[in-house]
Amino acid sequence: MSALSSLARVQAAAAGIAQPLATVRHCHLADAPLVLVPLKLAGEAAAPLAVMVGSGPGDPTLLAVPQPRNRDLRFAFAASLATIVLKHVETSRGAVEELPPGKDGDERIRYGDAPQLLVPNRGGVAFLRLMGRSTRFRSTEGQYAVDPAVPVLGRWLTWFADRFDHPGSSLLGAMTELLRLHWTTGQSSLEDGNLAALVGWIDPPDGLDGPSAAARAEDPVLCPPAGPTTDPTFDNEVLAPAIASYDRSGGDPRAEERLRAVLADQLTPTWELMWRAVGLLRELPEGASVPKRWERDRDAFTHYHQTFGEAYPQARRDAPVRAARRLHDLERAQDAYDAQRAFDDPLVMAEYRLGGQAFGGTVTDADPARLDETGKRPKLRPLLRVATQDPVRLDEGTTVCNAARPGLKGKIVEIGDGTVLLELTGGMGRKLTPEPGAVPEVGDRVCFTSLTEGSFGVAKFPDREDTPWTHGGPPGEYVPTAEDAEEAWS
Amino acid sequence: MTETAPDLSRLRGGAPPRNHDARTIAALTSNPGCARRGVMDAAAVDKDAVARALGFPAPFGQSQFAITRGNAFEAQIKADGCAELLALLRDRLGLTVPEVAYDDLESVAGNDARELRHSRTRRLVAQALESGDGTLFDHPLLRLEIAGHPAYLEPDVLAFQLAGRLHVIEIKSFAVVDGQAEPEQVAAAARQSAVYVLALRGLVAELGHDPARVSHDVFLVCPENFSNRPTATPLDVRPQLAVLERQLTRLVRVDDILAELPADLSFELGEELATSVRAVEARYAPDCMSGCEMALFCRDEARACGRTGALGRSVRDDLGGVDTIGTALALADGSLPPSDDLAETAEQLRTAARLRAEALGGALGGVA
Ligand code: SF4
Repeated sequence: MSALSSLARVQAAAAGIAQPLATVRHCHLADAPLVLVPLKLAGEAAAPLAVMVGSGPGDPTLLAVPQPRNRDLRFAFAASLATIVLKHVETSRGAVEELPPGKDGDERIRYGDAPQLLVPNRGGVAFLRLMGRSTRFRSTEGQYAVDPAVPVLGRWLTWFADRFDHPGSSLLGAMTELLRLHWTTGQSSLEDGNLAALVGWIDPPDGLDGPSAAARAEDPVLCPPAGPTTDPTFDNEVLAPAIASYDRSGGDPRAEERLRAVLADQLTPTWELMWRAVGLLRELPEGASVPKRWERDRDAFTHYHQTFGEAYPQARRDAPVRAARRLHDLERAQDAYDAQRAFDDPLVMAEYRLGGQAFGGTVTDADPARLDETGKRPKLRPLLRVATQDPVRLDEGTTVCNAARPGLKGKIVEIGDGTVLLELTGGMGRKLTPEPGAVPEVGDRVCFTSLTEGSFGVAKFPDREDTPWTHGGPPGEYVPTAEDAEEAWS
Repeated sequence: MTETAPDLSRLRGGAPPRNHDARTIAALTSNPGCARRGVMDAAAVDKDAVARALGFPAPFGQSQFAITRGNAFEAQIKADGCAELLALLRDRLGLTVPEVAYDDLESVAGNDARELRHSRTRRLVAQALESGDGTLFDHPLLRLEIAGHPAYLEPDVLAFQLAGRLHVIEIKSFAVVDGQAEPEQVAAAARQSAVYVLALRGLVAELGHDPARVSHDVFLVCPENFSNRPTATPLDVRPQLAVLERQLTRLVRVDDILAELPADLSFELGEELATSVRAVEARYAPDCMSGCEMALFCRDEARACGRTGALGRSVRDDLGGVDTIGTALALADGSLPPSDDLAETAEQLRTAARLRAEALGGALGGVA
């Protein structure tokens, strides 16, 4: 939060409708993402109850566990879900791009596309993560054998949940978070966790405004919760009797059908909301760095897919070196992601202008041909004076770049009296006269910032064999045990 | 009892007092500046009933699946004099647990008067402290001074004495998967346990013993991974204790608030109820939703008055503490000349408003 987004929230509250926090879309959106709306049984860590899943608004599949405490039914559910998710994974590879060979001459490729999973909220992500954890170690042989697709699903779900933690990744998205990146409502962030309320503020149905649409969304009878937690009243008054009558019927298909019908009633409104939200995001033009970030996602996908056969299921816990590397990667990705969004979007850059790390204004003076002749060879060093009302909090001597064209770099020479004097140092061509159009002219509106995209070097971490003894020494390769495979799932 | 005690029971309008539990006390300390809650809690008003009567029932429904699962897990742990719990403490935590006595203090011969239950708790804890023997107390009834008034606590926990030290054991039915549980649930459990530790320390001190005999290490007993098998995790609640103690001293003095209120104020359910409730100032913030039965009523009121706090504490802070949406907007568009102490805030808001307008107008910014 910042004064800027908080002001936007107040403006939204006064206007009765959500206000934009972005002018472009900062996430990749697949043409046919796999939308999943999961429900779990209350009080259990990861007992699936149902999921509505599919790649098109008119084509949902409902999977349900008529008795969520029955282990066999649970694994049957996991196997059906595996079929759908794995099909989505396999059909989302696109054409293979050949890349220049790696350092040691390895052949390198990148899939032209990657799968995308969308769930309603963070709870949905947590559910997929636990679902992955509870299925990836299962054995496909022996006494507790499960369908071979089940552990494969577990590994993929774990991988998706892991990528969710990676800032800027679009492989798995929580819809509430995606919307909140682009809009602010006039309610608190707590209430924004309700997808129906959030969408109600952004795009209220005819005849309603944001607050009234959100109030409607808080009535669990009109708007069932977006899961994975169900409404307690629904549990007590509808679900429990339906499960009980399924139990009594001894597996009668009609009882199962009735149960599926009540679950479909709970899921359908959220299913529709998910696609409405996809539509809202689609209306925004894509941010300039989105394809670059999606390329990283495609790299990650290609790697995981290609090495899937040789690898073990992900360990229960990360070994120390891996954990440290991961943390470092995440921090780097976060910095790069924040900077990229600012360069892509003037409304995000406005946050940095308010914070004093960027400033915008009009060029009042320009000396585009200036040369610095103090050294051995003359250097092209145009001067630019920018009039700005922004609260600049940068020191003289700071390197800045142009927000619209980050290649154009300069140094702050002097700050004062509503103006900033800049000496341009790069990004104007190789000659002693700037390329045409490279140096802003008097009267141009410009924005400069000290932000850079990914200023961090690659971290040096010991290889796993060299894990310091303080961190437990080299970890053994994680090999799942028989105990993992037979773990209770009750 | 203090002098205001009769007034407090009058506030309840004849309804029986409600006991606190650690959840309500932990929640109380998350909003220490709220006079409304301070008064209602000190008077042990049934806020749930009040909220319902006002047409804003608290959204704290529980699913029977969750209740069943929680009860089954607890029953399993406590079966046969807590056999499974003791085994767990021995194996997992490597404690040398000797033979222990198990006392359930839930009810005394069907007589549920809380004074009686509390004095029985007192007596048994006193005995245990003297002897230092291994003992497990189930459902002790504790007392904690809240804003100058005693509140009774009905913890759903065990107090366990080992080697002369008392530990709080809390049984929760959320899962610990690969050594990790949902952070919010652990945080809530730690906050609640801290309340019990504090209340138990108070009792120990009253009995003339060193309060440090109640350990700040509590044990959280939860199902492990996806099974019903329990696992115990020691939890150091010192940070939560520090916050709790600080917040309790910051709680608005109820007596001071009462002095300002009309003499005939009462929260009796009836036509006057809404007026009475509104007579005591609230300080709504979204956290109220997770802890206070009055939350929906107070939220409605805060929204109707255009309070920035209803949008979140951080929003209010970002706006330099400006209390209402109208003022914030008037400062931002320059139509309201700021007072001296708001000059800086006003400047920031005006800049923020200009930058937003510019960026949305597309006049200037990252993308030319
Ligand atoms: S909900 Fe109302 S009474 Fe309760 S703490 Fe919040 S403001 Fe105070």
